[in-house]
Amino acid sequence: MPGLDLSVLPEYLPMLLLGLMWTCILCVCSIAFSLVAGVPLAVASISRNRWLRSITEFFLWIFRGTPLLLQLFLIYFGLPQIGVYLSPMVSGILGLGIHYAVYNADVMRTGIVAVESGQHEASRSLGLSRAQTLRKVIIPQALRNVAPALGNNLIALLKESSLVSIITVPELTLAAQRAISDTFRPFEFYIAAGAIYYIVNYFLEMGLKRVEMKTALAR
Amino acid sequence: MVRVVNVFKRFGENEVLKGINLEVLRGKILVIIGPSGSGKSTLLRAINHLEAVDDGEIWIENVQVNLALKGRKFEKHINKIRQNMGMVFQHFNLFPHMTVMENVTMAPILLNKIPRKAAEEAARQLLEKVDLIDKVNFYPAQLSGGQKQRVAIARALAMEPKVMLFDEVTSALDPELIGEVNKVMKKLAEEHMTMLIVTHEMRFAAEVADEVIFMADGVIVEQGPPDKLLHDPAEERTQRFLAEVFK
Repeated sequence: MPGLDLSVLPEYLPMLLLGLMWTCILCVCSIAFSLVAGVPLAVASISRNRWLRSITEFFLWIFRGTPLLLQLFLIYFGLPQIGVYLSPMVSGILGLGIHYAVYNADVMRTGIVAVESGQHEASRSLGLSRAQTLRKVIIPQALRNVAPALGNNLIALLKESSLVSIITVPELTLAAQRAISDTFRPFEFYIAAGAIYYIVNYFLEMGLKRVEMKTALAR
Repeated sequence: MVRVVNVFKRFGENEVLKGINLEVLRGKILVIIGPSGSGKSTLLRAINHLEAVDDGEIWIENVQVNLALKGRKFEKHINKIRQNMGMVFQHFNLFPHMTVMENVTMAPILLNKIPRKAAEEAARQLLEKVDLIDKVNFYPAQLSGGQKQRVAIARALAMEPKVMLFDEVTSALDPELIGEVNKVMKKLAEEHMTMLIVTHEMRFAAEVADEVIFMADGVIVEQGPPDKLLHDPAEERTQRFLAEVFK
């Protein structure tokens, strides 16, 4: 068997692209989940209610302190033991989504705390409630300010999504593995998968840059 | 209109308001002067409860501001009161993620449930008044300090407050921009808006005030019409302060 032989790729390209499609679906869903769930987690982690704050911090601490892979195993293999059966895809979205919601919440919390107190005062002096102030004034500014850091999290999420191949989500990495077990060509297919990840990440980064530029004025 | 009765406020060991009494009638303008650290900003912020006072009463019209309510009930009460009081800050505190128009219309749309169209029409009139109608779609970052402060005034006026509180609103401005903000405040004075103004500018105080209060070390040292207080003060402490300022 000669060294690198890329001619084996075209035949399996549809398979890889199908994997890519699942990767995209997986990532779009878990990115959305991680952002939407991150906001209430961030708010709860700095709540004035001591109980809510403690419980949230404990939750964040657990999910930050344990490996994502273990969390995926718990969701996919562990939950059925207590009667909760989730498909690989749903398990993957949930696992990635929660894990990165925790990271996003951390970033968002620093963003919320960093909004200067004058913004609170101006909003409250107009008669807005604490919740309205948070929703209309503080959180939008916090999110703009931490957009670059959130972007880094999302890029990391995209890459770590390859982990869910282990719980049999037919995404890009698993597609590559299946192609390899057909052809015994690990080098070619891992490189091809890597190239595809890189390209998707490139577009994600471009998108994030645009968001940053668009919000630059409104800071 | 506004009545402050025997108000005390401490920050830890430091007592910043030591028994303040004052009254402002409808349509009148009260200017508060004094050295920094005298408690004048704290007093102004206590009136709309940005600072909770430790003792005493604050009244606006016939409603007590610092009622002894708990939790949500007090929140509701204070939000209602604040909707009737406009406040303008030294550092503008415009919302940087909103355009000028959004800054002005946000509160009326959210709190008064005014339709967007009507709120924008009202905002246009206010922005006309503060001479910024050409900046409607600008973001705060694109404005000068004087322009920002005029937007902040329009934002406060949009809630149609009964009282306006001005907390050193020209202190952070370049000298050449102070005039345009003062001009807007004079316009409000001509319309008989009830105002409490904390300022370092004696000339402006002399021009607009119906009554001037001189504060030092948490007490009102002297109070009177601007002609008397600014030019012929009775108290030695006031004389010293004014001599220092006019030097």
